[in-house]
Amino acid sequence: MHNVVCIKQVPDSAQIRVHPVTNTIMRQGVPTIINPYDLFALEAALELRDKFGGEITVVTMGPPSAEDSLRKALTFGAERAVLLTDRCFAGADTLATTYALATAIRKIGKDYGQPDLIFTGKQTIDGDTAQVGPGIAKRLQVMQLTYVVKIGALDLTARTIEAERRSEGGVQVLRTRLPCLITMLEATNQIRRGAMADALRAARAPIVKWSAQDAGVEDISKCGLKGSPTVVKRVFAPSARADKATLVEPSEEPAQALIDTIFKHQPKLEADLAALAGNV
Amino acid sequence: MTNVIKAPASSAAGRAAAKKELPEHFRAYKHVWVFVEQERGEVHPVSWELMGAGRRLADKLKVDLAAVVIGPEGEAARNAALQSFSYGANLVYLVADQVLADYRNEAYTKALTDLVNSYKPEILLLGATTLGRDLAGSVATTLLTGLTADCTELDVDSDGSLAATRPTFGGSLLCTIYTLNYRPQMATVRPRVMPMPECIARDPGRIILHSLDLIEADIVSKVLSFVPDRDSSISSLAYADVVVAGGLGLGSVENFELVRQLAAVLGAEHGCSRPLVQKGWVTSDRQIGQTGKTIRPKLYIAAGISGAIQHRVGVEGADLIIAINTDKNAPIFDFAHIGVVTDAVRLLPALAAAFQARLSPRLRDRVVSHDFRGAPQRRRGP
Ligand SMILES: Cc1cc2nc3c(=O)[nH]c(=O)nc-3n(C[C@H](O)[C@H](O)[C@H](O)COP(=O)(O)OP(=O)(O)OC[C@H]3O[C@@H](n4cnc5c(N)ncnc54)[C@H](O)[C@@H]3O)c2cc1C
Repeated sequence: MHNVVCIKQVPDSAQIRVHPVTNTIMRQGVPTIINPYDLFALEAALELRDKFGGEITVVTMGPPSAEDSLRKALTFGAERAVLLTDRCFAGADTLATTYALATAIRKIGKDYGQPDLIFTGKQTIDGDTAQVGPGIAKRLQVMQLTYVVKIGALDLTARTIEAERRSEGGVQVLRTRLPCLITMLEATNQIRRGAMADALRAARAPIVKWSAQDAGVEDISKCGLKGSPTVVKRVFAPSARADKATLVEPSEEPAQALIDTIFKHQPKLEADLAALAGNV
Repeated sequence: MTNVIKAPASSAAGRAAAKKELPEHFRAYKHVWVFVEQERGEVHPVSWELMGAGRRLADKLKVDLAAVVIGPEGEAARNAALQSFSYGANLVYLVADQVLADYRNEAYTKALTDLVNSYKPEILLLGATTLGRDLAGSVATTLLTGLTADCTELDVDSDGSLAATRPTFGGSLLCTIYTLNYRPQMATVRPRVMPMPECIARDPGRIILHSLDLIEADIVSKVLSFVPDRDSSISSLAYADVVVAGGLGLGSVENFELVRQLAAVLGAEHGCSRPLVQKGWVTSDRQIGQTGKTIRPKLYIAAGISGAIQHRVGVEGADLIIAINTDKNAPIFDFAHIGVVTDAVRLLPALAAAFQARLSPRLRDRVVSHDFRGAPQRRRGP
């Protein structure tokens, strides 16, 4: 089978700092990583390949430096990496991103075989929208299974797949048709340690680099900033609350003192709490 | 280029100049819509929260607020429609069909996009739940319009555009996003981010029925089964009145038990900061914050939590925030209402005992008096 895994290179947000005065992101030296959610997608694809054979193509849209993330993906065992990079992609919102990625995935299908499954992570840690997966599926007119916890029976002859997906109140088990786009939920698997051979191969493997034109983009106005219906108008820091916390004075009975302060602050709360505690 | 981060300041500056030039065919788009999410016959409360937000937008724009109810025919859909009026809707669009019994992207996307194309709303709001996000992404792509996820604030600008504010860069900054020249302007909001509006019995308004025009044979995906969670269907943590949470400052998984015990005394739900989930001390459904649950309790007690921005955005809606932290400079004291600078491991059991004595005087005699300086880690009896 042929599976395509979409990944994104993101700043390691654990290390992002905002400049206290200018409110801009301090970018110096922030390392980049593969969006952690995408690794669950990649591992799911790898497990299917182990079982059914075939190939995995990883694809990303990003600046030339996103090549690092693709190489990293190769070390885990993906066969092929495609970097979609072009100035015209810059500033894309989710709609413009899905246009570019869907176009590239069509081209991947033509060049390397039609994909059976297309994977994305649940969302990214820098955008947090969870919109790109469903958007790609719609653009490609394929089925979609989001928030998948487990991939079940896969029948490549009948072209069907069963999967369990998380919903608000439980787990929904569905059967649908291939090709299908899957967004994997986090903590559903753990990315493997890549094999030594893959690490060696990844260092030298050619990365397929496509400009918008190479990928078959027909309408550049649908890409990047131009193709984005949303416009970021303002970026600002959350306002600080004027008053800091009232600190409970140290005492022999701090628990008692705290409770007294709480009920002095909000006298109504005592009855509410008593009712709640009474129900325990 | 070695850096992938788009500087927010410059991108904002570059795009702030973008102008509203709404094409003629979009000018007919009017009114605010809220998608009323149902799962297995139950309306997700986030839908009513959105109704409150939608009402404010509609009033500002002087337009109608409509509820969109999509689901199987029957009492549940009818009730959802009627309830929508109580939460502030002027009218309801109802698509009721047996094939909508379970949520399936294909059928729901068709139902919602057909409605939008027929009745043309200017604003469409959905809950940022698993269902809402799955649906919103598909609908926005089908309609080729803008969608802003996980908004924390919705407002209408002087020119009538929706100003959707959301956290960006891991929550360290906020940004306001517009869909200037496409319609509808779509946004999702997470549960508990908006306050729950009052439910006031009102005479039902108009219900507009719309047919789905889809038969089961047309739908590719089949639901094989549904396994409900053992907990109640709507996360009890997000909707709890009292929440007690612990963070890394507790020092050990054993000490997290103290959080659970205090929660039990208060009839509260327990929660935690993200590192505790990462360490495997607590399950991920208990995480509070930007990538966990948003809570809005009457009382929130945070023990050994520093108050990082990603945690803060999930708890700011609480009426009263109590912070227990050994570091008087911890950022949590910047947004907590009441703070105690002390060792949470010692305070939590004393607090549990004191609350119990205070709240259920009948039990007072049975509560062993607690020495605050006593052994911190010992558990109280079963
Ligand atoms: C993209 C992204 C998303 C994130 N999402 C979330 C999220 O949803 N929720 C979330 O919580 N975090 C989230 N985080 C992590 C967040 O940035 C912080 O790292 C995290 O909240 C810190 O957890 P903590 O307060 O428990 O630990 P720490 O920051 O280590 O704080 C521990 C605190 O305990 C205090 N302390 C130590 N000993 C004691 C004691 N004996 N008694 C009392 N206090 C004591 C210390 O003074 C300190 O303030 C996210 C981070 C990123 C990058």
